[in-house]
Amino acid sequence: MGVNDFGISFSTVNGSGSATANNTILRAIHKMGIPVAARNIFPSNIQGMPTWYYLRVNAQGFLGRLEQDDIQIAMNPETALSDLKKIKPGGLLLIDEKIILKNVPKTIIMYSMPVDQILEESDSPAKLTIYLANMVYVGVLASLIGIPLENNSDALNFHFDFRKTAVEPNFRVIQTAFQWAEENIKKIDNLHLEPLPMENQKIMIDGNTAAALGALYGGLQYSAWYPITPATSLAESLNEFIPQLRIDTETGATTCVVVQAEDEMAAIGMVVGAGWAGLRAMTSTSGPGLCLMAETLGLAYFAEVPIVVWDVQRVGPSTGLPTHTSQGDLSFAHFISHGDKDFIILLPGDVAECFEFGWRALDIAEELQTPVIVLSDLELGMNIWVTDNLQYPHEGIKRGKVLWEKDIEKKVAVEKKKWGRYLDLDGDGIPYRTVVGNMHEGAAYFTRGTGHDEFAHYSEDDQDWEKNLLRLKKKFQKAKSLIPQPEIREHNHNKVGFLTYGSTHIPVLESIQILEDKGIEIDYLCVKALPFSDVVKKFLEKHQHVFVIEANRDGQMKDLLTMNFPNCADRLLSIARCNGLPLSAEWIVNEFEKISPLEIEK
Amino acid sequence: MIVDIKRSYPNAVGYTRADYLGLPTTLCKGCGHNSISNMIISACFELEIQPEKIVKFSGIGCSSKSTAYFLNKSFGFNGLHGRMPSLAEGALFADLSLKGIGISGDGDTANIGLSQFKHLARRNLPLVYIVENNGVYGLTKGQFSATAEKGLKLKRQGENPYLPVDIALEAIAANASFVARSFAGDPKQVKELIKAAISHEGTAVLDIISPCVTFNNQDYSMHSYSWGKGHEAPLHEVEFVLPREEITVEDFEKGTLREVTMHDGSLIVFKKLEREYDPTNRTEAIRMLEQAIRRNWLITGLIYVDPHAPTIFEQYSLAKEPLNRLAPEKIRPDRNSLDKINASFQ
Repeated sequence: MGVNDFGISFSTVNGSGSATANNTILRAIHKMGIPVAARNIFPSNIQGMPTWYYLRVNAQGFLGRLEQDDIQIAMNPETALSDLKKIKPGGLLLIDEKIILKNVPKTIIMYSMPVDQILEESDSPAKLTIYLANMVYVGVLASLIGIPLENNSDALNFHFDFRKTAVEPNFRVIQTAFQWAEENIKKIDNLHLEPLPMENQKIMIDGNTAAALGALYGGLQYSAWYPITPATSLAESLNEFIPQLRIDTETGATTCVVVQAEDEMAAIGMVVGAGWAGLRAMTSTSGPGLCLMAETLGLAYFAEVPIVVWDVQRVGPSTGLPTHTSQGDLSFAHFISHGDKDFIILLPGDVAECFEFGWRALDIAEELQTPVIVLSDLELGMNIWVTDNLQYPHEGIKRGKVLWEKDIEKKVAVEKKKWGRYLDLDGDGIPYRTVVGNMHEGAAYFTRGTGHDEFAHYSEDDQDWEKNLLRLKKKFQKAKSLIPQPEIREHNHNKVGFLTYGSTHIPVLESIQILEDKGIEIDYLCVKALPFSDVVKKFLEKHQHVFVIEANRDGQMKDLLTMNFPNCADRLLSIARCNGLPLSAEWIVNEFEKISPLEIEK
Repeated sequence: MIVDIKRSYPNAVGYTRADYLGLPTTLCKGCGHNSISNMIISACFELEIQPEKIVKFSGIGCSSKSTAYFLNKSFGFNGLHGRMPSLAEGALFADLSLKGIGISGDGDTANIGLSQFKHLARRNLPLVYIVENNGVYGLTKGQFSATAEKGLKLKRQGENPYLPVDIALEAIAANASFVARSFAGDPKQVKELIKAAISHEGTAVLDIISPCVTFNNQDYSMHSYSWGKGHEAPLHEVEFVLPREEITVEDFEKGTLREVTMHDGSLIVFKKLEREYDPTNRTEAIRMLEQAIRRNWLITGLIYVDPHAPTIFEQYSLAKEPLNRLAPEKIRPDRNSLDKINASFQ
């Protein structure tokens, strides 16, 4: 606990307008220049069930989940008792006075908020009280931790798009509650905010919106999708931003088509059709949907169709925990489809990378003529994060080896080459492709998921099959130079390394800082894509012990590393769990300390 | 009749009939599917469509293999079992000047592919969707499909216990805008219906009874040649007329002709046979299909057509320039737009 360094939890009932209150606080703190993160823990339900919201402020920018919070706002009688354990000793409980709690531990400082009285004093319209009640804690908190009232009013104006009729009743409640808190709550040393100078202009955005924007800046032309939590908002964001970004100014026509399919099998089929026909194509889904897409992904791999699949991971197997996060789809995505195959997997670690991989994935897919699976997760996809301005793509759009009429003419007449759809002219395993609408008499070919030779003719010949599969493998060697490289932080003593990927890098970086404060130096590698680059291999070879940290039960990344680098298998140690929550730095440090003395001294 | 164009002479776009051929068929001798492939070749040749402007799609099964046996100069995609519609729903957005022809079978459409088939019809994607319907799985050697009639006996399978799925009825229920049924043993009608289907702006479903000579051609089978010949009940005589041609239906008698004008100005001319039938009346179409089921008629002809039903393309404002030929600068928004986006998230 300290100035600009604490956590707040809010327990409310879903469907009660708490999201508005919570986002108001988030935005108001963000405007003070203080790094802040928000995390929604919500049920698979529309109205009436418990929901929690967590805010963390940290001047150093460590914004992972905390095991316990310094302040708790309790608005839900159903969970108030069990929520007590989430408060740190010495922490503060602000509770709706209607909730009667007995036996609150003495280590917790408790204040009852007269919610109804404050609502009455602020002349709240009766029909809105259920929604306005949550504004009471916005005002109380503003007084307690020092959020300027004008930041709250700015945030409300942003949220309600400057609609006075909405902003004013909300703000009146905040003001009244603020005044009540000023008079009734004793402030606690250190538990407050101090504005920080903002070095760069920052924005607040969720990962799914960032991914959709990335794809639209990546020249996405076709997306088909089927609703599924937590991926739905990705496709909805495409629809939201296409009118603004992807209408041709000359013709007024759209340059990006979005189709809501009847199921995930159709969604991926449409995307494969579009990718085959020369459109930059993408679908977005979550684990159950990815299962349904498995067979078609095998077809796309074998028929060499560029497509992008975003999997915003939730907890599986089965329907699992639809509204909770995990990194449990890694090994499935890696091994998806029967037979021999390889899939490019991109692993964005924050919302900035959701945007970057949004456009980059389309380039990689078209350059390699193969599916690219991007594994995001609910933690990134559905939570709002503070990040630097989105960066405009610094490389031009890459369409890969596509031959139009004049290109075929040139290949044949000038370069004296014979074109075949699956003929490896360049020795990199990547053939040239033509797409529908190409009127050159030699352009058309027949695409199939069955055996074929270099000229796309049907073939069951043993040599044709083997040659084709070995060429496909070659593409994945080439892939290593096209995909994002790992991020590395090293100290040069090569003893212990932490290896992670995706959103788990957020708590891992913090755990490294905590250990460093204790005098233990840890090297760090964050994998950004598969196939593994040689950098990963070197990192494993250099370190005596590499802890692979991830949010799934089995240590799926550790398994893949073991398989790919068997010589390093005995250096790998797994820190992994899956309980529907993002890992916390505190838990990682504890696990490390449990394992490390034994393992390192062995 | 349409003026008989000599096969060796080029048509108006400079192609001979040979330019519409595919690879030699590998299906069984006498298979109904081969006859349908031939009629696709003739129809495209006579309609004077450049084969490069056609895109072929298929699923999995004997029928789906046949896309290799016609239109070798066209792009083709032989995809997954029951999932041909989705491929077409993606691919045909790439260039709206292209025509799609999809070939499916009864297993591919009425078993594994029922969902995609019905959703295709309800979206009204311009695609000729031919079901080569023989009531049996051929490639896996003779199992019942969903269109096999109740009581059908097949070697190694015993007796079929279930009532069949009627593909034409399913199509109409799903709001298909063009639904026809024909019989591979009636190639003349097949060809006219294919021409009409190609000219239709929307999903055109052709349920063609196409006997499997190897596994389901017993005289008692409702998908056999002899059953079809004995039970075919044409709703009308169909002739497709291009906008520039004259109507030449023989034995013209006043009151016996009905016309439907298609989107491109072409006509489908129906000559009345035994009874009045209005193919633009959806209720009548459903009643007729019900009646056919009860009376064991193989009704053939154009069962239903709505030439003006909006297509999926009309749900989007799409430019004439093919989407798949847009230059990079047309598909990546400029830098200023991102500044605005960033500002809106501050």
